[in-house]
Amino acid sequence: MTRALIAVEGVSVLFPLYHGNARSLKKMVVAAASGRLGSDQRHRVVVEALRELDFKLVSGDRLGLVGSNGAGKTTLLRTLAGIYEPAIGRVRIQGSLNALLDPSLGMNLELTGRENIMLRGLYNGLPRPMLTRLEEDVAEFAELGDFLDLPVRIYSAGMVVRLGFALATAIKPQILLMDEWFLAGDAAFMAKARSRLEEMVRGAEILVLSTHSTEIVRSWCTRVLWLDQGRIHQDGPADEVLEAYLGHSLPALEAPPLALGAANEEDPGEQAPAEPAAEEQAPAEPPPAG
Amino acid sequence: MSQAVTPIARESLVEFRASRTTSERNLLAVRDVREGMRLWRLAWTLGWLDIRLRYRGSMLGPFWLTLSTAIMVAALGYLYAVLFHQDIADYLPFLALSQVLWGFLAALVSESCTTFTEAEPVIRSVRMPYFLFATRTLVRNVLVLLHNVVVIVGVDIIFGVWPGANGLLALPGLALWMVDALALTMLLGGFCARFRDILPIVNSVMQIAFFVTPVIWKPSQLGPSGVAHLPFNPFFDMLEIVRAPLLGGQADHMVWVGALAYSVALCGLSWGFFTRARPRIAYWL
Repeated sequence: MTRALIAVEGVSVLFPLYHGNARSLKKMVVAAASGRLGSDQRHRVVVEALRELDFKLVSGDRLGLVGSNGAGKTTLLRTLAGIYEPAIGRVRIQGSLNALLDPSLGMNLELTGRENIMLRGLYNGLPRPMLTRLEEDVAEFAELGDFLDLPVRIYSAGMVVRLGFALATAIKPQILLMDEWFLAGDAAFMAKARSRLEEMVRGAEILVLSTHSTEIVRSWCTRVLWLDQGRIHQDGPADEVLEAYLGHSLPALEAPPLALGAANEEDPGEQAPAEPAAEEQAPAEPPPAG
Repeated sequence: MSQAVTPIARESLVEFRASRTTSERNLLAVRDVREGMRLWRLAWTLGWLDIRLRYRGSMLGPFWLTLSTAIMVAALGYLYAVLFHQDIADYLPFLALSQVLWGFLAALVSESCTTFTEAEPVIRSVRMPYFLFATRTLVRNVLVLLHNVVVIVGVDIIFGVWPGANGLLALPGLALWMVDALALTMLLGGFCARFRDILPIVNSVMQIAFFVTPVIWKPSQLGPSGVAHLPFNPFFDMLEIVRAPLLGGQADHMVWVGALAYSVALCGLSWGFFTRARPRIAYWL
């Protein structure tokens, strides 16, 4: 198996504004105020969701994306997943990739649990023997029993979360892209889910994680990219960037960082204890168009 | 839990960037179609689930399609046989065939418009070849057609009609339908994602097309000078290359010329559009 690689070279992602009253005065003013309204060569109004990004990730890198809402974190994940092809620059990816961006991908509430599992497997291009294994794996973790053959619509909220989570974590890629929805389970469930999630994260050669949770970034990531209005504001070792981002120094971690094998060279003992981290407040800013 | 289910590794290195040259665009579009074809099992499952979902919980299931078509053909058949002074034994088999085939064409055109917009959650959360969604729309409509074929067979048995060996001549026509259907779905699917006004326009065009195309009336009713003009109607050409053989006849020379000419134009337009639009479709949704 080849080594995983992500190379982002001079990437800009522009969203042309077409629909609704995109050209209305109000939106122009709002967009101009945030300094991200431009126009391309053909004078269409565009939102610059990502601007001139440059970075490279190799096997063993675990990157956390931080930044306010609308800074371009999700757009960057979508670009790495090949969903948005960049207008300028290029993204090169080597290795199998799984993007956990949308908890409901392939989940159709009208279909049964079993049918949803099969669809997810097919979306990932799994051959038939793998589909059976996927079904066993998901059924075991989600503990749905006979509900597996009933429509997801009638599941309790907890069952839906368990199924979605089991599905998303059943497929273990070399490159794992993860959006923060994934970490938003109730406490009881997360306790059970954590080991499975960590197993998947450990198995991946490259992790790119977008989240607002400082704790998770610190225990999972070796490197942090701080995005601001679509640009890289800072890129460096996790604690260094996080301290600059939060504006204060970080307390010692309660739990040791996730063991990541030889790839992890981060030393958790370096941080000086300081005042407890305040709950991060994301500035209220609209998410990027699209 | 420790059993690893790993996704298939793609080509060793993939590159996403704005494609600048025409040959680059063509290459990427070819790759999209190729990868989409490789996912035929997924397209088949999606199309089949679409049908199942529509009728889940109902007793007859997808055979509601068969039943409602049968009722419509019977009602219209008796009414129009009287209105047009036609012999019912001659007219009803014609109408059953026309109505079912037209139903396929009309539904396909209309559903091709929502091919990409209805797949928005998938397109925005995972990279998938766009061709996959075109094949899904086609699979779904072919399955509907197969359910309705029962009506044609039933009517033919009742009235003792049999197309004979000529019926096999419908096969090249059906093959052309499949190719055109995919081309149309890629074209309208993308176009409707970009311009949301297209869907109502398409629907009203199809409504007009239904009346100006000999679906419920016979081409011969136009008289010789009218028939000569019919091949200019692309819907007539497409319908006739399949319908005429199934009625035991043969499609006219000019009809095939028209059908092939319109098909080449459609495929060319569709390809030209898709090679350009492919990287942009995700942004339009």
